[in-house]
Amino acid sequence: MAVTTPKRPVPAAEQQRRMYELMTLMKLTDDRLAKGIGSGEFLSVYWPHRGQEAVAAALGVVLRSTDQLVTTYRGLHDHIGKGVPVEAIIGELLGKETAPGMGKGGTSHLAYPEAGAMLSTGIVGAGLPIAVGLGLAVRQQGLDRVVAVSFGDGATNTGSFHEAMNMAAVLDVPVVFVCQNNLYGEKTPVERTMKVATVAERAAAYGMPGLRVDGNDPDAVFGSLAEAVERTRAGGGPVLVECVTFRFRGHSYGDSQSYMPRERLAAALERDPVPAYRRRLLDMGVCSESELLAVEATAADVVDQAVKKCTDAPEPSTERLLDHRYVDDHNMPA
Amino acid sequence: MAERNMTMREALNLALEQALARDERVFLLGEDIADASGGGILGVTNGLSTKYGEDRVIDTPISEAAITGAAIGAALDGRRPVAEIMMMDFIGIAMDQIVNHAAKMRYMTAGRTTSPITVRAAVVAGMGTGATHSQSLESWFMGVPGIKVVMPSSPADAKGLLTTAIFDDDPVLFLEPVKLLGARGMVPVEEHAIPFGQANTVRIGTDVTIVTYGWGVPMSQAAAAELEAEGISVEILDLRTLLPLDVPAMLEAVNRTRRAVVVTTSVRFGGPSAEIAATLTENLFDRLVAPVARVGAQFTPIPSAPVLEAAHFPDAERIADAVRRTVGVRAGVGG
Ligand SMILES: Cc1ncc(C[n+]2csc(CCOP(=O)(O)OP(=O)(O)O)c2C)c(N)n1
Ligand SMILES: [Mg+2]
Repeated sequence: MAVTTPKRPVPAAEQQRRMYELMTLMKLTDDRLAKGIGSGEFLSVYWPHRGQEAVAAALGVVLRSTDQLVTTYRGLHDHIGKGVPVEAIIGELLGKETAPGMGKGGTSHLAYPEAGAMLSTGIVGAGLPIAVGLGLAVRQQGLDRVVAVSFGDGATNTGSFHEAMNMAAVLDVPVVFVCQNNLYGEKTPVERTMKVATVAERAAAYGMPGLRVDGNDPDAVFGSLAEAVERTRAGGGPVLVECVTFRFRGHSYGDSQSYMPRERLAAALERDPVPAYRRRLLDMGVCSESELLAVEATAADVVDQAVKKCTDAPEPSTERLLDHRYVDDHNMPA
Repeated sequence: MAERNMTMREALNLALEQALARDERVFLLGEDIADASGGGILGVTNGLSTKYGEDRVIDTPISEAAITGAAIGAALDGRRPVAEIMMMDFIGIAMDQIVNHAAKMRYMTAGRTTSPITVRAAVVAGMGTGATHSQSLESWFMGVPGIKVVMPSSPADAKGLLTTAIFDDDPVLFLEPVKLLGARGMVPVEEHAIPFGQANTVRIGTDVTIVTYGWGVPMSQAAAAELEAEGISVEILDLRTLLPLDVPAMLEAVNRTRRAVVVTTSVRFGGPSAEIAATLTENLFDRLVAPVARVGAQFTPIPSAPVLEAAHFPDAERIADAVRRTVGVRAGVGG
């Protein structure tokens, strides 16, 4: 059952400002990728995160740079939150030689260990057991580190989810399970794939706390994630946090969303977390209009620069095709 | 039999529809296959749940092991399940059910129990989707006695082979090359079944036989057209099924042309072409005038970047080069 704690951590003004910066960067990156793919400028597959910025921004602010992240194909926002440069992300998506994986991995397989971004997977649910292993390594080495693993609602129906949750609890590893429940797995709404009303309550089956939060509210997500991460960091074991949100562009770029009730999408767009948070920061007096405009201009500039650098960058030479298969290619086939 | 021009996607849909209509034991299960969730991510099951109901076209959670296991269980009691693994790359999760259960059931019980399931899986090769969404893993299953492995190359074959798969009394892995889902061809409108283990000569030639299947067929046809202009006559044998394998047809063709090139889109090393080439060499050693050549994907995970992906997969050019080498076109004329 969802655990309710009376006092959740509240973000400081500085953290709120940072969350808005990150959300803006995530949104503008998504907008630019969507525009580029839509116009044929970029030839890439892309699973848009637009609409889910609040979760990734709060996660980015709550985690330390030494903490680690495991995410999915729909994880470019998580990467931005974790501090992966936008240029690295776009370069990988465009398949450029200068990108972290030289375009070999592509959109859904980005890793950037320098920033603690350890793995993205294209296989639903597969990141969770791997996060348990990262957590085990933390324990074995006595590190002060938390591992966060981000996944969708659909992933919670995989065997991997259930095996990983149980094992994380039994092994007592410092892993925070972050479910970005966007209410759909590909074209199927959650209510068709699970009988429980919330993902959070699944935690009870493994003797783990389960929290559920409005995933469109960065301050609320911050509160739940900060509570979970603090608990885990203090040796309290793994926690599951379900953040309820929405994906605005469907499953992958180009999805016509024919299965999506128009009203449902319209209602979700009404709750767009980015402008909503902007209004809140103004109302709360955290930022002035001119400060917000400056944040937005800076983010736009970062995205523009990244796109420019990546489009100018060379494609990988086909001579690199066989590189990186093994530590040593001796007698390996071609 | 009346025929209609349609895509492979439509042909597969028609085969499923006719099976559902004919036999109440047939049902489909998989992720996003019902119309409420878009009728399949690639549109193959489109319209079927509306027509036959969600009891027979069952949307499942993302649970490949349970999808496959449930299909096996239902089949054990005489149902005819058609399970869909959205993309072949995800079949690893269902591997235990397929390899340790479906494939071995008949043998381990001396025929008392069987597992007549069909597992459909899309192979999304050549579309920039990266290492975990592009794999052709059919050779994994060629090492597992007890399962049949099918991969069609044309709309008509797709329909006829899928019908056979559904009503076959053994477990069948049915692979759908996504590159070809939109390809058109004439297809028998009535239910028709193409027997397993019967290769199809899709092009007659005299100089060399290309042995291939699936996406390798149109690639080889393109190469053959190019080679014809150079005066090289290519025969193309489409295997259609890898298990059973139509060895007699392979031997007959290669015995005539005395040269062979095996083309697969899966990795060359340890791929299906290894078994095929070995079979040809064992049987026709004294007839062959050139070593059996093999063209396949490079031995790498499938890169996402377009230039690298293109370098990974075979193409008509590489097939043509292999053929030229095999027929030994004089130096200076060809490769
Ligand atoms: C094991 C596996 N099965 C199926 C798929 C195909 N697939 C990709 S994303 C997806 C939906 C996942 O939904 P969810 O976990 O809610 O994440 P979201 O895409 O909504 O972020 C599916 C079925 C896959 N990638 N891996
Ligand atoms: Mg989802």
